[in-house]
Amino acid sequence: MKEWFNKGEHWIWMSSAMVSISVVLVIGLMGMITYKGGIHFWPHAVYEVHLDQNGQKETIVGELHDEKTGHATDPISGVETPVDQYLFKVGNRDVYGIDFRWVNSNVLDGGVDKLSKDVLVVERYEYGNVYGHLISAKLGEKTLNNQNDLLALINQQVDKSTEIRSQIRHIEKIEIGKVNYEIEQLRFEEKKLRLKNEFTPEDAARIDEERSLLQTQFKEFQKQTAVLYKQLNGFGSITVEISGGQKLTIPLKKIVSLWQPNNMNFIEKIGFFGHSVKSFLLDDPREANTEGGVFPAMIGTITMVLLMTIFVTPMGVIAAIYMSEYAKDGFMLRIVRISINNLAGVPSIVFGIFGLGFFVYILGGSIDELFYDYALPSPTFGTPGLLWAALTMALLTLPVVIVSTEEGLSRIPRSLREGGLALGATKFETIMKIVLPMATPAIMTGLILAIARAAGEVAPLMLVGVVKLAPELPVDSIAPFLHLDRKFMHLGFHIYDVGFQSPNVEASQPLLYATSLLLVIIIVGLNIGAISIRNRLREKYKALEH
Amino acid sequence: MSTTIQNKLDAVLSGPAFEKRIRRRNMANTISKYGISTGGISVIFAVLLIMFFLMYVVIPLFIPPTIEKNTSYSVPGGTVEKSLYYGVDEYQSSAIRFTQSGKLIGFTLADGEINFTDALPLNGAKITSFTVVNELDHIIALGLSSGQILFAKYGYKVSYPNDVRTITPEVTYPFGEEPLQVTDTEITSLAVKSSDSEVRIAYQVKGSNQIAIKQYTKTESMLTDDVTLELDRESKVSTTSDVKWLKIDTSGRNLYLISKQGTTDYYDISNLESPSLVQHVSLLADSEKPTVIRFLLGDYSLMIGTDKGNIYQWFPVRDEQNEFSLKEIRKFSVSESAIKSIGIELARKGFAATDENGQFHLLHSTSERNLGSRSVVEGQAAGMVTISPRADGAIVESANGQLVHFEIDNEHPDVSFKSLWGKVWYEGYEEPTYTWQSSSASSDFEPKFSLMPLTFGTIKAALYSMIFAVPIAILAAIYTAFFMDKATRQWVKPSVEMIEALPTVILGFLAGLWLAPYMETHLAGFFAILVVLPVGIILFGYMWSRLPENIRLMIPVGRRAVLMMPVIIFLGWFSLQLSGPIENVMFDGNMRHWLTASAGIDFDQRNAMVIGFAMGFALIPTIFSVTEDAIYNVPSYLVNGSLALGASGWQTLVGVVLPTASPGIFSAIMLGFGRGVGETMIVLMASGNTPLMEVNIFEGMRTLSANLAVEMPEAEVLSSHYRVLFLAGLVLFIFTFIFNTLAEVVRQRMRRKYGSL
Repeated sequence: MKEWFNKGEHWIWMSSAMVSISVVLVIGLMGMITYKGGIHFWPHAVYEVHLDQNGQKETIVGELHDEKTGHATDPISGVETPVDQYLFKVGNRDVYGIDFRWVNSNVLDGGVDKLSKDVLVVERYEYGNVYGHLISAKLGEKTLNNQNDLLALINQQVDKSTEIRSQIRHIEKIEIGKVNYEIEQLRFEEKKLRLKNEFTPEDAARIDEERSLLQTQFKEFQKQTAVLYKQLNGFGSITVEISGGQKLTIPLKKIVSLWQPNNMNFIEKIGFFGHSVKSFLLDDPREANTEGGVFPAMIGTITMVLLMTIFVTPMGVIAAIYMSEYAKDGFMLRIVRISINNLAGVPSIVFGIFGLGFFVYILGGSIDELFYDYALPSPTFGTPGLLWAALTMALLTLPVVIVSTEEGLSRIPRSLREGGLALGATKFETIMKIVLPMATPAIMTGLILAIARAAGEVAPLMLVGVVKLAPELPVDSIAPFLHLDRKFMHLGFHIYDVGFQSPNVEASQPLLYATSLLLVIIIVGLNIGAISIRNRLREKYKALEH
Repeated sequence: MSTTIQNKLDAVLSGPAFEKRIRRRNMANTISKYGISTGGISVIFAVLLIMFFLMYVVIPLFIPPTIEKNTSYSVPGGTVEKSLYYGVDEYQSSAIRFTQSGKLIGFTLADGEINFTDALPLNGAKITSFTVVNELDHIIALGLSSGQILFAKYGYKVSYPNDVRTITPEVTYPFGEEPLQVTDTEITSLAVKSSDSEVRIAYQVKGSNQIAIKQYTKTESMLTDDVTLELDRESKVSTTSDVKWLKIDTSGRNLYLISKQGTTDYYDISNLESPSLVQHVSLLADSEKPTVIRFLLGDYSLMIGTDKGNIYQWFPVRDEQNEFSLKEIRKFSVSESAIKSIGIELARKGFAATDENGQFHLLHSTSERNLGSRSVVEGQAAGMVTISPRADGAIVESANGQLVHFEIDNEHPDVSFKSLWGKVWYEGYEEPTYTWQSSSASSDFEPKFSLMPLTFGTIKAALYSMIFAVPIAILAAIYTAFFMDKATRQWVKPSVEMIEALPTVILGFLAGLWLAPYMETHLAGFFAILVVLPVGIILFGYMWSRLPENIRLMIPVGRRAVLMMPVIIFLGWFSLQLSGPIENVMFDGNMRHWLTASAGIDFDQRNAMVIGFAMGFALIPTIFSVTEDAIYNVPSYLVNGSLALGASGWQTLVGVVLPTASPGIFSAIMLGFGRGVGETMIVLMASGNTPLMEVNIFEGMRTLSANLAVEMPEAEVLSSHYRVLFLAGLVLFIFTFIFNTLAEVVRQRMRRKYGSL
């Protein structure tokens, strides 16, 4: 044994264990996010448990979300005993006030494994889910009681009401949004003319006319929506008996969807899973971001990242070409390298305050004074927004692109450059026509890594343009389509905001895991893509070198 | 055939078109050369831009203010009568002077032209005492020879005749024009403090050695909004000394009677009917006498100007027995000659003083800065000083009857090197402290800009995570680079490096919402891991070496990491299972409760231990990959030589490989530390963000970076707060700059060394 220690065997075991710890932690973390994010979409079984608290009987219907070992204090002796505790999502927030409830196992009357038969889960636009048993439905004018195809009928009606809802949304957001935008533009036009002292009565008449035209349009749209709203109200309602025997009437127009999880078979559950994923990706958030989907956050992230790519590509590639093709090995190059290293090491939040102070207040402020003086004092570019976020992120990811591109350039054999020069091409032509095309995969790798970094970085964005809830998307159908001055939503910030600033943290946790999973999938996917491109590239050049 | 080709070639390769093309190509080449070089060098520019921009925002903090004499004219209304009070409007356009006989003289500040005169409704009585009731609202109280008190409020009206802003002073009477009858003899000294519902008055009448204290309640008339005062209760304290100054502080609870010599009786009048003497103290040494005494903004600190030219700041401090006593907080050596007057700023804790030699001095209390001095009128003693409401100017009387108007540009007096990095005794605190508290709702708030707790928090967070990350990352790197076989290495390395790609917001979310509560309930288990894991690993290793050889050889040394994975999972699970039993046996069933109740250690759910785990996890890949590279690149002939000489694998590693790779490992640790210092989201979400200075692992912290994320969006642009936040950013920048450059230099040197091997 002494010899075993003398040889340092125990250290080898320790160090191998440290590798295992790291790998176990990574895999465990990924697994946890995947599992907890994944089950958010799976239809949860709904249990029915009976409580008996000193003779007071109660029935709880809900999803089982968590269990732990807690402590229960005996009310008489004051002794703490360990006891299993179960977290139920009981829903019906408008009735109970809270979504979640901890139940101690010592007050249980029976087990927690009894499924509630035929239970109906109703997802609503407001106040979360309803768990209960369907009693009757009033579809249009008809009141229907237990009927075999009742659920199918209701579902049909819900689909119709969703359809009308989306029509209303279309009119309110897009059509009326357009009219509002144009009215705003007219106001600016008038202000602009006044500022130049060129506001003539003809202009006034023209602008008034256009404005009244737009206002008629606006009223027209309002009428249309009023009709649709009336239709929506005419869909009727369903009545559900929730645990405790209380009856709850839910208008159909308030229902997102409804399902009977305990009656589903496996195939139906998979269908439900797909449907939930789809609505998670494509719906707007509801209830202060704690429910619904992440569509605007996804669009915001993608738009910002793509815009950043447009800025960072030329900057990074030019800097890399300079370093590998033009700069002579010496003092200058060393300083450039130290700069890049430091740029890579500067904390992201410092980029944030730089972006806020320099881009937003100084650059943005100047742009406002020069070009948007008619809109002052309300700032156009002198406030955090998409453009500044993209620029800040471009600066932040610049080293990633430079390092990756330079590595790619340095791997291209010298003979290829010499061949180009020998054939009479200028240096620039050699670079553009021979070297760069070959280095494209390396540039791509750099860009993908930059995108992955930018998509996951939140701290600087909090200062330069991300908001909790953006009223409009940064891209839409109104010219100029891409609105550089708008604030936007972001997946990473969504996680921070919902997890730490929302009133109902417990209820929003499943959504948080789902959002995290989405972000992890995007980023890990991008990274794996970048790694595989790089590996393929290395193989290619190995072949070239021989 | 070949000649035709030759001819064609010649035709193409000569002539003006060809020349032109060549020229164009050459030009493009040259332009691109310069363009690309400029582009490349602009990376340096970007780094410099960030640094210089941060400095550009920070530097104004340390630029001394400018004080310039604007105009001077003879005091409006003449100097026959003494001035009691000056009111200046916010735009420094007009001012009003209250004189000893009750005259009100309004004038324009630019040239001293009188534009308004009036008199206070004194009804024939004389003004015998004067006090300021509320500095911010410009309410004053005058004690009269008739035993009455008149309250007056200075204000101004803004009007725009002919589109020109015109400001006219006006004086109103908040409790009516009729003075309040409090006694029937002459009031010689007076102190008044008014709160929302009541007014407390302390006064002394001529020939009496008693101070009367009265409390009046405010009653608002339903119809006219007029406020009248009704006597509520009263009492008296007697004094032996000759009281010159009477002061009631902002709370209305503390009454100070100060004599000519500076001896002070400090009474607690919170129970008005039975005032109690808290302290009898001499504010000054025997050789020094007070000349001016007044409150600083907020009516809490007494500023005592003396005949030796010093100003002392005193305020009541609570001691361990929960009893208050007046303490000298700081001393300002302002001048060589006696202080004549002190004027205070109305938005900050700054003040101005004038002296016998005719100097005007500008100071700030929290930052202890002497901001500058100017001569008022050469050779003439300076008199009463009043600072304008926005602290951008001051008017000073001079002994020769001149009124001098100073323009002041004084943006950031509240920040000094000492207030940022030293201990400061803030108003209401028991002792000098390092405190970060940047904003509050009240207008007389003293901002506390100490970067120490934030820097401390940053280093604490980084160090605790390094404690977690460094052993794991370095040992793992050693094994991966030196012992692991190629096939395993190929997937282990990327999967460890995958952590780097994980968004820190997700790590922060998991740490704050999952790990922190879990750790709170399994605290003992987490400590058990520290013991169980190493012991378990070594025990397992030893057992393995005892196994028959054919089993042992199934797993070569290079694959042990895979073998260990289930072992690690088991040990981790086992340790956490131990949590309950350990807590039952050692900590009365609940370690968290035991810590706070029995051990007296404060416990926050989001604490340094959570940060250590979460941020340490995020630092692993940084340290791991640089260390791994350094070890992997150690020349193989060194290793082979050592092994050939009979050293074991580990002995070779310790004796040969590690010394060679040590600069690389050092630079890995530096890089890891640099990253830990700058990490924002994890600490923001999982540290609780309280700016404490406690090493305690169970308490949270606030780091520089998290503080930026929290406060930057709310900071008013170009305010002291904004600039101090940029300073915090600059500190972070410099921190990481040093660590990164150090790491880079060491790495470069190591590369050269390997080159020579």
